[in-house]
Amino acid sequence: MRETFVDTTTALLAEDPRTALVLADISAAAFAAAARRHPDRVLNVGIREQLMVGVAGGLALTGLRPIVHSYAPFLVERAYEQLKLDLDHQGASAVLVSVGASYDRAAAGRTHLAPADVSLIDTLHDWTVHVPGHPGEVPALLRGAVAAEGSAYLRLSTLHNDRPRAGDGSLDLVRDAGPGAPLLVAVGPVLDAAVAAVADLGVSVAYTHRPRPFDVAGLRALAGTEVILVEPYLAGTSARVVSAALADRPHRLLALGVGRQELRRYGSPDDHTRWHGLDAAGLRRSVSGFLAPALTPAGR
Amino acid sequence: MTTMTASTGRAGAAPPGPRLPAPVAPLLDRIRAGREFGANVYSTVDVLWVLYDRILRITPETVEAPERDRFLLSKGHAVAGYYAVLAAKGFVPLDWLDDQGGPTSRLGDHPDRLLVPGVEIGSGSLGHGLGLGVGTALGLRAQGLLTPRVYVLLGDAELDEGSNHEAIAYAGATGLANLTAVVVDNSSATHGWPGGAAARFTVNGWTAATVDGRDHDALHTALTGQDNHRPHVVVAVVDSGE
Repeated sequence: MRETFVDTTTALLAEDPRTALVLADISAAAFAAAARRHPDRVLNVGIREQLMVGVAGGLALTGLRPIVHSYAPFLVERAYEQLKLDLDHQGASAVLVSVGASYDRAAAGRTHLAPADVSLIDTLHDWTVHVPGHPGEVPALLRGAVAAEGSAYLRLSTLHNDRPRAGDGSLDLVRDAGPGAPLLVAVGPVLDAAVAAVADLGVSVAYTHRPRPFDVAGLRALAGTEVILVEPYLAGTSARVVSAALADRPHRLLALGVGRQELRRYGSPDDHTRWHGLDAAGLRRSVSGFLAPALTPAGR
Repeated sequence: MTTMTASTGRAGAAPPGPRLPAPVAPLLDRIRAGREFGANVYSTVDVLWVLYDRILRITPETVEAPERDRFLLSKGHAVAGYYAVLAAKGFVPLDWLDDQGGPTSRLGDHPDRLLVPGVEIGSGSLGHGLGLGVGTALGLRAQGLLTPRVYVLLGDAELDEGSNHEAIAYAGATGLANLTAVVVDNSSATHGWPGGAAARFTVNGWTAATVDGRDHDALHTALTGQDNHRPHVVVAVVDSGE
């Protein structure tokens, strides 16, 4: 996904003189050619994330459309107050693009893990969040975000599904188990594991690469009384949105994702997927347990 | 300079109490409405007045013009003098000065750019103005707007915030010539700045002038002392605690 981001951003910088890119050393080498062509609009501030976001705010105040890029923990967590004040409070907007989602850099340890990024962005008002599930989804999402007016967060990962899915982020029914069936909503790269997990269960599966704004109308149209959320970041991040969307209906919600506990283990992203129960086997365990009461025959 | 004031210099014995630019004094009193202001409110008024009266190319009619100079108040708590100067120059109606901070007022204890005409940034949390100023200066340059200057006003204690030093180092390294920082130095930084605040900038390649923060002519000279190749800092020294 990082490569498609670099290619698309390089093209956008050439196509639209309103576009600017702000970096804090991360990926600077990949943008060297773009920086030579557009030295005033490709700005690498060095390892200075507060300045990176502050500069984006200033650029936006002059009418430019900044794309801001770094590792997720440094882009969202380290410079959070700059996102809140230098963008939102100023009425300025930017497109944030992170790499290093959740545990992509598992062997690097806690400093490079950022499962809480979407939760933090979710404390801000009116942001669009894109979590592509495949590199092929990135160009359209990035172009759409840059062409829009508001702020957006694109969360790129080394994990992905087998194939890209188009669409505007509305819930896309991937597997239909019929009216009233439990609905599993998978966000971004967890789709393939989720589909495999419920292959022989009567569960419908819907996909989205846009958890914010969440497709509330689509959820209301597809959901019965059981909803399962599977998100590749902090478990429960979208639980409040689902609960609010279904507030007028009796329903049960299982919200799966990355756990809060610091594991203090290295290994690979696949190891962490398993440890957080987000592989097909782990998801199947959680979903089966959640649905077990509902599957209990009446009268027992 | 269009208005002689009671604060054109410190030659001779300083009279007791605050000395304010004549057009600003009654407006500041109107905002104050019997409340006590800290001395820092008064110490910032002179530099604000010199900027708006003699330097900044901005009027109430050009607050949205791309070619305007930008003034970013980073130390957002120095707001009473700021509102008084904006009112004196016609950016905000005089009756906005009443009930400042009240439930229907547009004038908070920190300024909000979306509520107050002429205010370029909302500030209050220290250490945000210089980064926004660097971005503004870069954005103007990228669009070929080479005339406007960007002024950012900070306090010496505000320099404690590390974000400023990210901006100082980068602006110096890249020769951001359309950026001018103004540091009102009332010796309020808890651990001080040995060697002076200006040294933090000059070591990174900025030009600097340190002047009496109450001397309008000295401020004018310093605030227009850019060499047009490097960013510039003016340290306006006022009495400790002001």
